[in-house]
Amino acid sequence: MITKRIIPCLDVKDGRVVKGVNFKGLNDVNSPVELAKYYSSNGADELVFYDITASSDGRKIFTDILRETARNVFIPLTVGGGISSVNDFERVLSCGADKVSVNTGAIMNPSLIPEAAKLYGSQCVVISADVKRVDGEFHVFARGGRDDTGIEAVGWIRRCVDAGAGEVVLNSIDTDGVKQGFDIDMLKAVCGAVNVPVIASGGAGKIDDFITLFREVPGADAGLAASIFHFGEVSIADLKAAMNEANIPVRI
Amino acid sequence: MIAIVNYGVGNLFSLASSLSAIGQTAVVTSNPDDLAKADRIILPGVGAFGDAAQKLSSSGLAKPLISEAHNGKPILGICLGMQLLFTKSYEFGEFDGLNLIPGEVRPIRDVIPGGLKIPQMGWNALHFTNPSGIYATTHEGEYVYFVHSYAAFCPPEYITATTNYGADLTASVQNGNIYGVQYHPEKSGNAGLEILRSFCGVKA
Repeated sequence: MITKRIIPCLDVKDGRVVKGVNFKGLNDVNSPVELAKYYSSNGADELVFYDITASSDGRKIFTDILRETARNVFIPLTVGGGISSVNDFERVLSCGADKVSVNTGAIMNPSLIPEAAKLYGSQCVVISADVKRVDGEFHVFARGGRDDTGIEAVGWIRRCVDAGAGEVVLNSIDTDGVKQGFDIDMLKAVCGAVNVPVIASGGAGKIDDFITLFREVPGADAGLAASIFHFGEVSIADLKAAMNEANIPVRI
Repeated sequence: MIAIVNYGVGNLFSLASSLSAIGQTAVVTSNPDDLAKADRIILPGVGAFGDAAQKLSSSGLAKPLISEAHNGKPILGICLGMQLLFTKSYEFGEFDGLNLIPGEVRPIRDVIPGGLKIPQMGWNALHFTNPSGIYATTHEGEYVYFVHSYAAFCPPEYITATTNYGADLTASVQNGNIYGVQYHPEKSGNAGLEILRSFCGVKA
């Protein structure tokens, strides 16, 4: 039986892992390559690297780090951040990324997902959506969660999947950093709308939050988190043992 | 030396890295001479069957690969590279494969229950059906990483392991010196490295 995946997310800026609370107040936690090796040997099923660098110098450092990670870590690696063209896909895929996630790039350029899916296959194209409730409706936000695009999120995610995205990362801005659990209602809405894997992101604060996620939202394929793993508040081994105990299929 | 066949399909950086991590010398090559010189050959691949079969053939690598196979050299196909070892595929049409293992490649949607997501993407368990040298140090139930919408359908004597995704799907195959894995050993952590290490140890 296919297992539910546990995915640590590493936000990388200027060669270091950082994690903000509600996307603000970044602080350093560790070296990306070392952290990736650590997670891989401690049971992570996959890793997500987000490049949150703005400068071209930083982008070069990021691809160097990516290459070094792919030389040492042999689990699937999804890369996102600053992906706005198929050239960006090529840049990170050639450094060892397996999947590429697009966010603002897909909002700005509607042909990006279909073009990338045609070139690299749908399994390689991940739509990463930052979503927040606005006046009772789910809206897609752009530019790292700063700009409300006014686009209704569930329909938009479904259109991205129809256009060729093979996986969805749903990041709830409402629950991100709050550590009170994943956004179950938002996840149910998205899982009900697409038939590709959905990765839940935003809100995990403790082991029980993952158990609740997989029990309440059977369509969720994976749980993603950052700071609770980076700061050792939840160990992946303990988390997976608890999932196993709760009869949630998990790779141990 | 291990030759990783480069016919313009997919990214070979991780595969080459995984082989160097287990102490093997690997070259990513599109030169038929390297296939002749190599001790073993790995045929990788992602994407669509028809396009890949066409690229493999037009690169001039299909014929030398088939002749090395007939010479008894160990060959490992990974993911789409495994599917190419079969007689035929029905992915977006009907295409001929290398015919090194009798069988065909068809959509998993034909055999799995409705409602399951396609592709199968993630870690699933191996269930052994026939012994294979690539599993010398791998235990029953080990998890490996799959990404696929199509699977091989072939006589059971060639299947060395299955995986269950609503139905038993072919996870790996062997026909003498020809080996194939549907999953990605280069993305399956230590379990995958062990499988690659065992392939590097099988006798020609």
